[in-house]
Amino acid sequence: MEGFKTLLYKECLRFWKVGFQTVLSPVLTAVLYLLIFGHVLENHVQPYPGVSYTAFLVPGLVMMTVLQNAFANSSSSLIQSKITGNIVFVLLPPISYQEFYAAYVIASVLRGIACGVGVLLVSLPFASLSLAEPGWVLAFTLIGGAFLGTLGVIAGIWADKFDQLAAFQNFLIMPLTMLSGVFYSIHSLPAFWQGVSHFNPFFFMIDGFRYGFFGVSDVSPWTSIGVVAVCFVVLAVITLQMLARGYKLRA
Amino acid sequence: MIPAIRIAGVTKRFRSLQALAGVDLEVAQGEFFGLLGPNGAGKTTLISSLAGLARPDSGTLEVMGHDVVKDYRAARLALGVVPQELVFDPFFSVREMLRIQSGYFGIRNNDDWIDEILHHLDLTGKAGANMRMLSGGMKRRALVAQALVHRPPVIVLDEPTAGVDVELRHGLWQFIRKLNLDGHTIVLTTHYLEEAESLCGRIAMLKAGRVVALDTTANLLQRFATHTLKLQLAAPVSLPPPFSARIVSQAGTELVLGFDHYDDVGHLLAGLRAAGGEITDMALGKPDMEQVFVGIMNQN
Repeated sequence: MEGFKTLLYKECLRFWKVGFQTVLSPVLTAVLYLLIFGHVLENHVQPYPGVSYTAFLVPGLVMMTVLQNAFANSSSSLIQSKITGNIVFVLLPPISYQEFYAAYVIASVLRGIACGVGVLLVSLPFASLSLAEPGWVLAFTLIGGAFLGTLGVIAGIWADKFDQLAAFQNFLIMPLTMLSGVFYSIHSLPAFWQGVSHFNPFFFMIDGFRYGFFGVSDVSPWTSIGVVAVCFVVLAVITLQMLARGYKLRA
Repeated sequence: MIPAIRIAGVTKRFRSLQALAGVDLEVAQGEFFGLLGPNGAGKTTLISSLAGLARPDSGTLEVMGHDVVKDYRAARLALGVVPQELVFDPFFSVREMLRIQSGYFGIRNNDDWIDEILHHLDLTGKAGANMRMLSGGMKRRALVAQALVHRPPVIVLDEPTAGVDVELRHGLWQFIRKLNLDGHTIVLTTHYLEEAESLCGRIAMLKAGRVVALDTTANLLQRFATHTLKLQLAAPVSLPPPFSARIVSQAGTELVLGFDHYDDVGHLLAGLRAAGGEITDMALGKPDMEQVFVGIMNQN
């Protein structure tokens, strides 16, 4: 257990030591989205009755930040370690592949939370937010962060160079998060694109997380948590099998 | 007594390359053991298999009686590996990195031992420095420190002195010798054959994934190396039998003759003079591991 705890501590210390890059930058990016989109659309769009557009936007941006940074944490740590070769320091000790997985994913969730809390705190002066169901906020933060942290482990192990990881991030993670309802309610979309959105697990994470704030959502939070949980379990099983086989880590 | 390392029938193939072609090896506890071979012989693959970094296609490997696959936790606790590549984590200072490494092996509050390692490796003054700030030699010693944080009974050093200057190399070997005297088993791979000769009690030589020689250093030297007489001649000369049998190498005016006892030198020089050889320079050489290495590699 000590090995797992140390790996978790190391992974947290790693992102904390470069906090400007790993925490403050994403917070600033999200706040810029908030200011620009909020300013332009505040008086034109009201996604839910009684909820201003800026208020609607804040939980979406918080969750988007949680997800993107959870992915970035595990994926960047692993690929850096692989490329510089210092991954051996984690592979030589008596750390099981389950401990390895748990440490990387939990550290990813913690970075996601640190960034998400940052976005939330900085956004508070710009929007009046309620917290209707905090349990859902916590549940979606944890499972969403774990989902993306797991995806980051897969990407970090699979990618052999930074370019491949950037492709994973820019052609998969970024579109799925941007098209997940962060900036709009899917009810404002044509029926076809509403249907397409239901194949995007990120939509369920954002929608369920937003439900925790407003008590209203595009789909039931139970449906959302179910979809996200199934996706997470599938990814976790795949990742654990990769690690058990030593895929791209142990020759 | 359980051997420190037991390797039985290990094979490993990387696509078309047979990196290990059935390696059997035992290293007793307390040995200072050398693993030599040319580049691509399979030394690093063998060490990687022992450390769990590579998975053999067949065969078994044990460290202090623990199978490296089935009982990997105990095997890895018993093993410290200094990797060949000069790798480091740029986020941490030397002390942070050693504390983290201790934690990976389940050890908390390891500062007393960390201080001792740093002292012996002459890194005390760099404990707070970021790994990026260290010179190549210091990084190499920091790697050695990392391998020792959990006081492993078996220590594998994969070319630990590559890029380390002479003075630091001596300091490093003093410390490794001390660890060996304290009972640690040391396995060394190196391209510096004189290091292997002076440090290792027993040596295995690998070629194309196979062990082609395995014996004590003294026996290898006795069997495969001779004293040499290196001569520079005014002009090339053709030595008749029985002197021709003593030729180790001959290239133009440079002639190297082998002999077993110093009494033979006068006899050889007389034969050379009789054949018309005129000596312009001369040097005596003792049997060394380089001769053994070259001889064995050429035989196989």
